[in-house]
Amino acid sequence: MKVLVVDDSGPIRKIMGKMLRRMGFEVLEACHGKEALVQLEKHPDIELLTVDWNMPEMNGIELLEAMKTKRGSEPKPTIVMVSTENEKSKIVRAMSKGANEYIMKPFTEEILTEKLTFLGMGGSKNDKR
Amino acid sequence: MISKEILTYFFSILYQESGLVLDESKKYLIETRLEPIAAQEGFESINALGRALIQKRSPILRQKVVDAMTTNETYFFRDQRPFTIMKEEVFPALIKAKEKSKQIHIWCAASSTGQEPYSLAMMVKEMGPKLAGWSVQIQATDISEDVLKKARLGIYSQHEVQRGLSTPYLLRYFTQKGLTWQLKPVIRDMVRFRRLNLLSNLSSVGDVDVVFCRNILIYFDSKTKQNVIARISDLITPEGVLFLGGSEALMGIKSSLTRIGTAQGSYYKKSTPNKGNTEKTVPELKRRGVCQT
Ligand SMILES: C[S@@+](CC[C@H](N)C(=O)[O-])C[C@H]1O[C@@H](n2cnc3c(N)ncnc32)[C@H](O)[C@@H]1O
Repeated sequence: MKVLVVDDSGPIRKIMGKMLRRMGFEVLEACHGKEALVQLEKHPDIELLTVDWNMPEMNGIELLEAMKTKRGSEPKPTIVMVSTENEKSKIVRAMSKGANEYIMKPFTEEILTEKLTFLGMGGSKNDKR
Repeated sequence: MISKEILTYFFSILYQESGLVLDESKKYLIETRLEPIAAQEGFESINALGRALIQKRSPILRQKVVDAMTTNETYFFRDQRPFTIMKEEVFPALIKAKEKSKQIHIWCAASSTGQEPYSLAMMVKEMGPKLAGWSVQIQATDISEDVLKKARLGIYSQHEVQRGLSTPYLLRYFTQKGLTWQLKPVIRDMVRFRRLNLLSNLSSVGDVDVVFCRNILIYFDSKTKQNVIARISDLITPEGVLFLGGSEALMGIKSSLTRIGTAQGSYYKKSTPNKGNTEKTVPELKRRGVCQT
């Protein structure tokens, strides 16, 4: 399953990539919204995006907006917002723009795994009893 | 460094008070947990704290020490599976079985800081119309006053509200307070918290349809486990169920409960007279005045 990690921070992309690979995902990266849109064109089989909020060129919310038109009423690909923005109003906003889950930074691998499980995207290595 | 004698003494009061069994491998844990208490209470070391407890009876200090040594680890919708089983199997069955009384009693027997009973409360709230006209009572008990205090407040850190909780639930049921999040009164008011030691008399709990006794049996020795399970199962109604933690089972323990395996994991049910275990079940049900045969 392909996941696109959208974040302007190299270290964050690296950590996220590591966690997601451990869960069995094939990981692609983008530094901002515009790059993400290009990647989405190239890889229509991307099933999951993790999206940072504050990024140059095109931020996370703008990316959500750009994707909203494309996604229409289809909730695919699944989008998880991952951001230091931790105000309730901001979270509400991201969810209303089409995010399926929201993770506040800092977070742990356990949190990421659990949230992906809610979305039915636990990955193959995640069948814990 | 904590002396062997004092360490043994701490283990023995922990066992006497709560039934929890620790061994030398947990020495570091005892040290990190008890150091702050020793300091707070004005003792120069953990050894001094131990000696003071040996010399004079101080129930309050003893309780503090026991509290500090117990593991309170918990999170919302822990393991998910028990909650899925509750929603998909147990609730529908209880809604049929309790049609007349329209009352369901749930008990979280070692509720720690409240995430477990509150998860059940949110789930009940979500069921909305299916439970319209029903009274669902959720009792939550724990041996530690500290965790109960936190549970009643229903205030959790950013980290805690992300563990196991989905964002729609966070937005619907919590109010943000600075860096923390507090459960709204609609959910808080659904749960009643009080102190109860599982080793003590449990009759104050009353009859219960659902028991969550999760991630506590693993810390008990087999004798204590047997004793606690026997007394808990006495409280479970004929249509009632028991959930244990992910790594816990009633293997080797005598009880009137039968394991039900599902794709989502397992839980325990009161054995019915026609399904196995008749020997123990029939007298048990007769005693409770519910046996029809
Ligand atoms: C690891 S937590 C489990 C919390 C929750 N049930 C869960 O599974 O997430 C164990 C709890 O058991 C409580 N406990 C320990 N001994 C107890 C006893 N004898 N009676 C009641 N509660 C006890 C501890 O205070 C602690 O909060």
